[in-house]
Amino acid sequence: MIKNADGVFFLTGKDFTNAGSASSNLKGILENLGISPEIIRRASIAAFEAEMNAIIYAVAGMMHYSVTPEAVKVILQDMGPGIPDIDLAMKEGYSTAPDYIREMGFGSGMGLPNIKRNADKLTITSTVGEGTTLEFLIYLEGLSPQTS
Amino acid sequence: MTLGEIRGIVEALVITKSADMNREIGRAYCADLMSDVLAFSVTHSLLITGLTNAQVIRTADVADLRAIVFVQGKRPDIETIAMAESKDIPLLVTGLSMFDTCGRLYEKGLRSRPGGIS
Repeated sequence: MIKNADGVFFLTGKDFTNAGSASSNLKGILENLGISPEIIRRASIAAFEAEMNAIIYAVAGMMHYSVTPEAVKVILQDMGPGIPDIDLAMKEGYSTAPDYIREMGFGSGMGLPNIKRNADKLTITSTVGEGTTLEFLIYLEGLSPQTS
Repeated sequence: MTLGEIRGIVEALVITKSADMNREIGRAYCADLMSDVLAFSVTHSLLITGLTNAQVIRTADVADLRAIVFVQGKRPDIETIAMAESKDIPLLVTGLSMFDTCGRLYEKGLRSRPGGIS
């Protein structure tokens, strides 16, 4: 039985030296909880893409995670420019990232689609000029939406 | 194949300390776009890339990749190498182009995913 756990990581906009460290720490926490490698990979990839988005676009952000015997939930709240058209942002290849972000291997318009691909449930709420809250849920093995 | 065999095939230099050359590598993925690596690579793959920043190591870490080969003689900085060591991700550098690196490994039987079609 997976134990409950939760916590929060603080993110600083444009801090590319530490970009990814929250997701990397989350991965370590999930490993210590004994969650299966496949679930950990999906959660870490989705968290990493969300973390990169916050660091690229926002001034600051918070990544909150909670683990229950049923699921891993991650909420990423940022103080960023907001997303005017979420449907458009969800399209593969659509991006507003500047060139220096592309040179780092990101900003190709794959971030949100990648999160969606790995998550069982994804909710994005955004207010232009205030920020974005992204929440995703990944069910632990044997508890996918189809079987539970 | 093992990481040691890969090192020989692409004539690479190992730049991380105490890398396990007997580590078994079954798959490989090649890209400079880290989101593509996150989306399409298979777990425990070798990553072949021309990017050398810290995000490449983070990508390999979260996507559970086994090792990284940097092409065209490109080397990450010392902090990035230290990060890879702390994550137990061996780093190799080859003077070959990305095309030739992939070509040689493909020729020796390495594929990106089962069936070789990705």
